[in-house]
Amino acid sequence: MIGIIDYEAGNLNSVRKAFDFLQKNSRVLKSLKDFDTVDRLVLPGVGSYGHAMERIKEKGFIDPIKKWIESGQPFLGICLGLQLLFESSQESKGVKGMSVFKGTCRRFTEMKVPQIGWNNIQIQRTTSFLRGIRDGEFFYFNHSYYVVEGEKEAVVAKSNYGIDYISIAKKRNAYGVQFHPEKSGQAGLKLLKNWVERC
Amino acid sequence: MVKGIKFKDIRFAGDPVELAGLYNQQGADEIIFLDIGATYRSRKIMIDVVRKVSKKVFVPLTVGGGIKDIQDMRNLLNAGADKISVCSAALQNPKLIQDGAQIFGSQCIVLSIDAKREGGSWHAYIKGGREDTGIDALEWAKRGEEFGAGELLLNSIDADGTRSGYALELTRRVSKKVSVPVIASGGAGNCNQIFEAVKIGEADAVLVASLLHYKEYSISDIKNYLRLKGVKIR
Repeated sequence: MIGIIDYEAGNLNSVRKAFDFLQKNSRVLKSLKDFDTVDRLVLPGVGSYGHAMERIKEKGFIDPIKKWIESGQPFLGICLGLQLLFESSQESKGVKGMSVFKGTCRRFTEMKVPQIGWNNIQIQRTTSFLRGIRDGEFFYFNHSYYVVEGEKEAVVAKSNYGIDYISIAKKRNAYGVQFHPEKSGQAGLKLLKNWVERC
Repeated sequence: MVKGIKFKDIRFAGDPVELAGLYNQQGADEIIFLDIGATYRSRKIMIDVVRKVSKKVFVPLTVGGGIKDIQDMRNLLNAGADKISVCSAALQNPKLIQDGAQIFGSQCIVLSIDAKREGGSWHAYIKGGREDTGIDALEWAKRGEEFGAGELLLNSIDADGTRSGYALELTRRVSKKVSVPVIASGGAGNCNQIFEAVKIGEADAVLVASLLHYKEYSISDIKNYLRLKGVKIR
């Protein structure tokens, strides 16, 4: 069972619908006790960095999420859900992220902000997560901040939007994607399927 | 689903749920539904359409037409829309953009501008192109961005449904004026005109309706053409 973490900052339906379409069971996790009922966690990203961290903290989710990742259980952060795994963001100065990964988030300055649209990924290393996904595949992005490279070994794929940034990161069995796989057509569905079946 | 010419002469063009599925298969990068009737009844139908489409189409869905308040936005987002496009109500009450952006994020709010040429400039129209507000479309685009719109959907009333090409000058001037993505809409008649909207009009994305609805080109025809011309495209 896949658990989609609800920190009451937005709409979780689209991620849920993608899993439904793939015939993978998922449920929305509203409180800590629900964590025991699932064996995979998804952290979707909605809203601002500071607001999201505040909500996650209020709900008491920070330590359980960190422990989950530490113990090597399957985890997927999407968009802001990737950024929250890093240490901080220019978006909300002074707010501490979950710090699973080293590195910080900066605002794009080279091109139109936000980046809204399709961009391709340059695969840096092979993982079962990317099985069947070609190098250069397009995914749908929608963000104003990007992750600056912290630990080189965490980078699975990069993209370029005036500047190179991390589009897929990995540590233990935790993946983070800057794009929205649930809005990236066939390639995105393939990735979600890989995550459930192979990661 | 219907499609008009210069916002008039509306003709039936197919079933929206079916067409969305078809365009998704053909590789559409985004699907935009505009409820041009925007009555209470048509909005309920739209919610139903969005609900059905979002179960099987996994590219961004933008929905607009007759959005009056935050509750309208919320209803459509809950049904499965990813972005909300606002037009008339935003011109009458720009705070709607601000409130929407604050609650749902800028990436969620698309400001739709129906522009019509008036001499050397363009005016923003409301009520499906029926009423001139007298407001300068370029100024409005800039203000819309300042209020927090994450994207602009720029519809040329003059070009709509004519197939004589996008309003290139309008598109280029708006695109230069704002720093959010601009979607050019209205006037596509062939692939080269779509290329021109990107190249000359500096549009970040292009909306195509009639060409596809009447099956003159498929999405892959258009994409192949753009790719050959060197446009970076999915």
